[in-house]
Amino acid sequence: MTKPNEMTVSEAARALRARDISVQELWDACVLASHERNQELNAFLEIFEADKAAVAAAQKRIDTEGETAPLLAGIPLAIKDNILIEGKVASAASKMLENYRATYDATVVKKLKEAGALFLGRTNMDEFAMGSSTEHSAYGTTKNPRDTRRVPGGSSGGSAAAVAAHLALAALGSDTGGSIRQPAAHTGIVGLKPTYGSVSRSGLIAMGSSLDQVGPLAKTVEDARLIYEAIAGQDPLDATTIPPGLCPARPMKKPMRIGVPRHLIGEGVDPDIRAAFSATLDALADAGHTLTDIELPMSHHALAAYYVIMPAEVSTNLARLDGIRYGLAQRGDTLLDDYLLSRTSGFGEETRRRILLGTFVLSSGYIDAYYRKADAARAVLRKEYADAFDKVDAIVFPTTPSPAFAFGEKSDPLAMYLEDIFTVTANLTGMPALSVPMGFVERDGASLPVGMHITAPHGAEDTLFSLGAEVEKERRA
Amino acid sequence: MATVEEVKKLAMLARIAIAEEDVLKFTNEFDAILAYVGQLETLDLSDSTTDAKPPLRNSMRIDGDPHAPGVYTETLAAQFPDREDDALSVKQIVQHD
Repeated sequence: MTKPNEMTVSEAARALRARDISVQELWDACVLASHERNQELNAFLEIFEADKAAVAAAQKRIDTEGETAPLLAGIPLAIKDNILIEGKVASAASKMLENYRATYDATVVKKLKEAGALFLGRTNMDEFAMGSSTEHSAYGTTKNPRDTRRVPGGSSGGSAAAVAAHLALAALGSDTGGSIRQPAAHTGIVGLKPTYGSVSRSGLIAMGSSLDQVGPLAKTVEDARLIYEAIAGQDPLDATTIPPGLCPARPMKKPMRIGVPRHLIGEGVDPDIRAAFSATLDALADAGHTLTDIELPMSHHALAAYYVIMPAEVSTNLARLDGIRYGLAQRGDTLLDDYLLSRTSGFGEETRRRILLGTFVLSSGYIDAYYRKADAARAVLRKEYADAFDKVDAIVFPTTPSPAFAFGEKSDPLAMYLEDIFTVTANLTGMPALSVPMGFVERDGASLPVGMHITAPHGAEDTLFSLGAEVEKERRA
Repeated sequence: MATVEEVKKLAMLARIAIAEEDVLKFTNEFDAILAYVGQLETLDLSDSTTDAKPPLRNSMRIDGDPHAPGVYTETLAAQFPDREDDALSVKQIVQHD
């Protein structure tokens, strides 16, 4: 039998129902693996003590409700350190919130608790979710379990490493410009950025409010779907959540029309990633799907627009962290000194850089040239995608131009930003997107996973799950 | 292009101090990023038909069903760096002399 911690969520749910394992055994296997590997990987900032009452309650539900018990009952999950769990520290991997204890549950955590899920620990991340390698954490880097000389991607790098190394069965992350999908691609797992507004952000530490979404990192597309369905839904505590039926219904088609923006997949993408992508496209065509070339010209400027809009929102959201009400508090002679000392010693370098960038693009004299222009470019991008979806059901490209890189390789901020070149489009348009493993490439003797990125129209997560499952099946075949 | 003075001014506006030895490095990195996002300036979006905003309505929750007074006070007050009982204490900002 597969070790309990190496199971997928669906396998573990079946094993729990069949009495092959107990909730306690599953929990113990994950905690043991986490303690064994965490020193090396630093996936978790904290591994929680067992919540005995929650373990017992989950077991009781499986015993009494049997097949009708929620599939997540008794499943140990890892939670990114920017998602609040009542009574636990939520630091967003920052010194600023080192001692901040959540005073309430995020809505997604509340929903998972109601489904009987268990929480193994809080995972490392780039500080305030800003970065693409987890190197910007105030608590050390996380290593990629596929090759520990390399980064796991980011910002949800701890969540990705915990799932890829079989410490947790699945995890929650947050995605502002690719922070779920890029680490999923770099560690060989599945990552979903849901439709903007489909999952509540109440209790998510805000980064870019017009871009942020919470979503799953999982071993399979099926597991990602299970978690997505458990956390999605309108929430009175988040006014940006959307009611059911707001997005026009799109009946699932089979075979599908798949749009390929070939003009984006040129020299900037590693040749062996292009080859893995082509092979996956061929397999999808063989399976009966139609491939259509599409043009999304504004994509070439999407990253530039993103690096205006996101820092603008970051500088606004992080203004609340001033050392007065909670978090790090340094005291000087005046109130202004209190702010300056607290914010300067609390924020890391990348966070400070983005706050300054945001302050710049919003300042009088520059707001028209940068912020308003970026917002207009975003509207054009959204329209290009909407028009493309009149002709196709899904749009595919590689999740990243290169596989996981070595520590320190992208010390120049702009080089790091270019990691997000493909993924930011889904945050700018608000459309759902999935990264699913599509193969491996060789680097320095290591076999590194690469991902295919699938985008669907607003609310069409089912299209992603259906096509994602086919890519998954092809890879295993 | 950003100057050292501009970066210092932005830092002050953002309530962040930058050490003197880091200002130049910050300014240079800042310049590279601005040069990259500056590509937006070359875009002509004047005839774009996407200016039409979707109909927006304010999304306000009805202020009903308040929780019982004081149930969260202790949890929230426990996070205050400086407190006097249930009051958040801050530095005096008005001088009387």
